Amino acid sequence: MLDCKQTSQLISQSLDRSLTLRERFALKLHLFICKKCTQFSQHLQTLRVALKTMVSSIESNNSIEMSSATKQRISTYLEGKI
Amino acid sequence: MATPTMHDWLNQHGDYLYRFALARLRDPHQAEDVVQETFLAAIKSPNFAEQSAPRTWLTGILKHKIIDVMRKSVREVAASDLMSDEDANMDEFFDEKGHWAEPPLAWDMPEGVLEQKQFLGVLQTCMEKLPAKAAQIFLLRDVQETDNDEICKELNISATNAWVMLYRARMGLRKCIEINWLSN
Repeated sequence: MLDCKQTSQLISQSLDRSLTLRERFALKLHLFICKKCTQFSQHLQTLRVALKTMVSSIESNNSIEMSSATKQRISTYLEGKI
Repeated sequence: MATPTMHDWLNQHGDYLYRFALARLRDPHQAEDVVQETFLAAIKSPNFAEQSAPRTWLTGILKHKIIDVMRKSVREVAASDLMSDEDANMDEFFDEKGHWAEPPLAWDMPEGVLEQKQFLGVLQTCMEKLPAKAAQIFLLRDVQETDNDEICKELNISATNAWVMLYRARMGLRKCIEINWLSN
């Protein structure tokens, strides 16, 4: 029987690799009786969505830009390389 | 003439590329550097003049430059830090019997909360608290959806190391959000 620590590791790994049949069974069994780990599992799903939201909000935030000094520096740098 | 085009591109796409890099690397200086390296690679490319969709093309180059930076910073981590022992340092989360030291709480997630400034603010702060390398691998995996095998190959780490780093990043981030967001 898995404990919560082992279960949390498997839940995390299930996002990164295919679990074996045995692992999937053990995980299901634990989640069936453990509300805490079930919640943990849902939290990881939420985090994944939240991170994507965060990244796209930075990408689309037009107020974040390089300073004109930085652009000038890059420009000068590239001039020197042509 | 290549020079004016490059300047145009810098003006038209530079800030977008910068935001793309910043969202993944989280470090403004690193982000500026990869943008510069991307433009350098672009002007040196024989395909430079033929690009009909420069932004897509530049973003493709940028992605590789971002992975280069991540690879370097992961290599800089001392071997001992690269968690040979899966159980190291997880004591704060579990007791000696493997039970949750502090059980995960129920998260009440109203519709649309993930887009809210307040939540995104907490998430950003919590990401900043993660070790930089852990956060970068995490973004590579969970945001780019880079295949785990590819991450390991690109970053030259074992699959087990990657799982452990991702596990720790998720554990730390989850806990941080629970403390800082739910308490508000």
